[in-house]
Amino acid sequence: MDRRLFLSALLGAPLPALAQGFAGLGTDAEGFAVPVRGTPLTFPADHAAHPDYRIEWWYLTATLTGEDGRDYGLQWTLFRSALAPGRQQLWLGHAALTTPDAHYSAERRARGGIGQADVLPPLDAFIDDWHMTSTATSGDPMSALSLAARAPDFRYALSLTATGPLVLHGDDGYSVKSEDGQASYYYSQPFLTAEGEIETAEGRVVVRGEAWIDREWSSQPLSPDQTGWDWFSLSFDTGERLMAFGLRDRDGSRFTSGTWISADGTPAPLAPNRIRLTPLGTARVAGRTLPVRWRLTLPERGLDVTTEPLRDDSWMQTSIPYWEGPLRFSGSHEGRGYLEMTGYE
Amino acid sequence: MTALVLRALLSHWWRRPVQLVMVLGGLMLATALWSGVQALNAEARASYAASSAALGQGSLDLLSHPDGTPVTQADFIALRRAGYPVSPVIEGTLPGRDGPVRLLGLDPLTSPPRPELAGLADGQIDLATFLTAPGLLLAAPETAALLPPALPPIRTLATLPADVIVTDVTTAARLLDRTGFDHLVLDRPLPLGLPPIGTVTDLHLTREAPSGDIAALTNSFHLNLTAFGLLSFAVGLFIVQSAIGLAFEQRRGTVRSLRAMGVSLRRVMIAIVMELSLFAVLAGAAGLALGYLLARALMPGVSGTLRALYGAQIDAAIGFDPLWAATGLAMTLAGALLAAAAALWRVGRMPLLAAGSASWARQASIGLRWQTLAALALFALASVLAVVGDSLVAGFACIAALLIGAALMLPPLVSALLWLASRAVPPGIPQWVLADTRQQVPGLSLALMALLLALSANVGVSTMVGSFRTTFIGWLDQRLAADLYLTARTADEARDIRAHLQTVTDVTTVIPIWSVPAMLDGQPGSAYGIIDDPLYRDHWPLLAARPDVWDALHRGEGVLVNEQLFRRSGLSLDDPVQVVDGWEAPVLGVYSDYGNTRPQVMADAAALAARIDPPPILRFALRVAPGTQAEVKSNIQTLFSLPETNIVDQARVKEFSLSVFERTFLVTGALNVLTLAVAGFALFMSLLTLSDLRLPQVAPVWAQGMPVRLLARLDITRSVALALVTFVVSIPVGLALAWVLLAVVNVQAFGWRLPMSVFPADWARLAGWAVLATVLASLWPALRLSSSGPVLLLRVFAAHG
Repeated sequence: MDRRLFLSALLGAPLPALAQGFAGLGTDAEGFAVPVRGTPLTFPADHAAHPDYRIEWWYLTATLTGEDGRDYGLQWTLFRSALAPGRQQLWLGHAALTTPDAHYSAERRARGGIGQADVLPPLDAFIDDWHMTSTATSGDPMSALSLAARAPDFRYALSLTATGPLVLHGDDGYSVKSEDGQASYYYSQPFLTAEGEIETAEGRVVVRGEAWIDREWSSQPLSPDQTGWDWFSLSFDTGERLMAFGLRDRDGSRFTSGTWISADGTPAPLAPNRIRLTPLGTARVAGRTLPVRWRLTLPERGLDVTTEPLRDDSWMQTSIPYWEGPLRFSGSHEGRGYLEMTGYE
Repeated sequence: MTALVLRALLSHWWRRPVQLVMVLGGLMLATALWSGVQALNAEARASYAASSAALGQGSLDLLSHPDGTPVTQADFIALRRAGYPVSPVIEGTLPGRDGPVRLLGLDPLTSPPRPELAGLADGQIDLATFLTAPGLLLAAPETAALLPPALPPIRTLATLPADVIVTDVTTAARLLDRTGFDHLVLDRPLPLGLPPIGTVTDLHLTREAPSGDIAALTNSFHLNLTAFGLLSFAVGLFIVQSAIGLAFEQRRGTVRSLRAMGVSLRRVMIAIVMELSLFAVLAGAAGLALGYLLARALMPGVSGTLRALYGAQIDAAIGFDPLWAATGLAMTLAGALLAAAAALWRVGRMPLLAAGSASWARQASIGLRWQTLAALALFALASVLAVVGDSLVAGFACIAALLIGAALMLPPLVSALLWLASRAVPPGIPQWVLADTRQQVPGLSLALMALLLALSANVGVSTMVGSFRTTFIGWLDQRLAADLYLTARTADEARDIRAHLQTVTDVTTVIPIWSVPAMLDGQPGSAYGIIDDPLYRDHWPLLAARPDVWDALHRGEGVLVNEQLFRRSGLSLDDPVQVVDGWEAPVLGVYSDYGNTRPQVMADAAALAARIDPPPILRFALRVAPGTQAEVKSNIQTLFSLPETNIVDQARVKEFSLSVFERTFLVTGALNVLTLAVAGFALFMSLLTLSDLRLPQVAPVWAQGMPVRLLARLDITRSVALALVTFVVSIPVGLALAWVLLAVVNVQAFGWRLPMSVFPADWARLAGWAVLATVLASLWPALRLSSSGPVLLLRVFAAHG
């Protein structure tokens, strides 16, 4: 839930906001709209942008298998940030492709209001030629999508089809972020099948697999004590899903939470600190040491798995760099997923 | 055991703290100057690399309408939505207090990295403030001071070039009342699989002209810094060598005792090397810290110079690089061992039971004849290298041979001079002074050699920099002899502008400038067609030419070639060159063309046009009535809405370049003073050491009734006289050094030769500095002498009795 909030620093603050720490934003909403508990999310309206809120994102990750039998992963993200209530919007796109041989990443930036980047109803999210656009002719616009991005060293294009419902996190999409009451609206579409093509200097590969979309908007950033987070989206072979995250505090403690999603899409919010996230092994990436291997245990669901990344160096070489890449996990459950790690100096 | 030996050796320094200061101080100063200069060079080079990587060195592609109509936002969005990484640019001028100031509107979100946006990229400037109304203007402090008050807020950034205000495109459009952009820049590399650009837009793709090979000019600048660093290091090592040599002589007894007690020679040597290494590490670390501070103090000047001169974006801060520190320490260690090599060798060969030591100073005098021979051999080597050497290494070897030869030659030369003088002066005190001086020469020789090196370096490097300055100004004159340079965007516009210019009374001359691509000796270059005008006749700096060069040129009898073509193709005057297909013409003259790497020829316009299909003339040089430049410029700009880059005002550019050069001199001047200070320190240390050693010579003179105060004054006078002799010798050595730098090293490194100019006024200033340094260096030893009581002097007789 609190994942990726640091990225909003990119948009609202000068680019090297990293220097001030991920929690370098103010702590009040400063005139922006704030999420209110009990406000029902309505679709398709809420797929589009909410410019009255300070920050918002459309975040897709996909775990794929090529016709060559190898694992691939990709990321497509659009961030929106308002510089002031009702004023200039800024947009930021991140795209990444992870192959067994390399990790590629790219970034695009745009100002709002000129047609270079936007999210138009029912669901047409774009920055330059990168897009995530609904192709659904009926029903939920997020149930069928086309997705594409390209950079000098890679490109991809996927079509996505939903096999399950939207999942609302927290209290029907009202997701409390801290004990001080900061909150966001947060929902996901974790049941997408994907097929398409990826291309690098090595050539093109036809790929198939699964994808997961996160949608979140808010006006209140993290607590100043939070230094970064580790976020997992896991898809089990049983059809169940798990979203889990751990927020790291300055004092070294970790606050964990998440949502257990049954195969039919019924969400069960996890009580705080019930899931244990334990780093198992580290790797040196971009001059930092990151825990790229993890153990996740959740006794009430009989979960005890260890994760293995496709590439240790799934490093996003963007304005503010972070780690995000595909993984496989095994143990009590098997499956694939994505891991994001931020705030490692 | 080794520790004990080490302690025995180290005990010497507690008794001779001045020598310790000399060794440590010498090493520290050597390291500081060397590493400081290295840090400056490394930082500037790293910045070039970064900015040239980021900027693609002027290889940006521009998209614009050929007819000059503005590029619309729709054009921009269409290209972005098709995947083309383009970014809008608006250029114009704002009225400033002293005339128009260039305004550059950029989109920081889509722009390729460029130096003007560095403040946003590194977070100094808040992006939100920059993007949202009323906007933000970024300007160098000197530019900001020129702006009127009724503008958006201004943020001063010392890292910005001094001739531009940078702002967001939207702010620029508002201030200039524009509805579109002047052009789009296309970032590279392009994303994979884009549709052909012609299917997306009807904008025209042009490649921005490369900004010229400024690297050659900056390299020249760095070369003189490096030369300084290396010479300072050498001067520092002279101090160390003299201190270590003295210390080893004085420690013969200790070494002999140790050996007699059964300590092996190997162990003694190991202990000495350990001791030296300890000194090198201690002094080297202090020197690194000092060098870092030195570099930090000088960097703003260096970065300002390079930024303004070449547009090279240099960070004014100095980063700490461990490799730099390690290299600096290794240099110190190697230098200390080198300085001690002779002394070590002597210890190694010292017979176990040798008799008492000869004076170190006196022993040194034995070598005068050998020194002279070695010096002559080195001069011969330097001459051979200067003539036949054809590599950079040979150039530097030539410098080394020249300087070491000159240093070795100095003591025999001074001795000979004193010997000649002693035959010319009457007996008595003058005779005694000269004889006494001769006796001191061996002891002072190392310090005098250090002074010679420092002074020669000063003369040499300042001659090089001064020549560089003169050359550069000449080159600017060549390039900017007219008042305004104007480039039309289309042939129609050129015709309209030309028609208009004929109606402007303030415009006295319009000189068309045109060129065609030409293959010159197998290399792509350009052939220019020029008309007969004083712009060329009076200003074009020719390196070599036939006497009637201009008349012959305009009779179509030949062409002028630039130095690059001349040297690369090994041409001589009157040699034929193939200008264009079917026209081979003799070389009438050669002109310097710094900043260009490509071959170029200039021919009479009519003669060239008769042989090719001449292109439309888009460029003009204008001469205008005095004082009307700004007015003419802004009128043309307004009338034809010419972008700022299409009409260039030479006066401001020239004035600006000159102010930059003065800054270059500040840095060079600071290094000059520092090198001289090091040499002064060496002199001081030697005089201090000698003042103890020479009491036996002074005491009898005192006993015969000469007051110690007079003796002290004579000492100072003598030091100054020696320094002046050294200074006189340093002038030819320095000029030779400058000649090698300009005519050998520069040609090897950059392919062109800088003409050498001589600046005698600088020498007078240098002589003043040398005298001042010498007086300061000899003051304390002289004061000590003048305050020595009778007891001290009488003791000499007791000792000898």
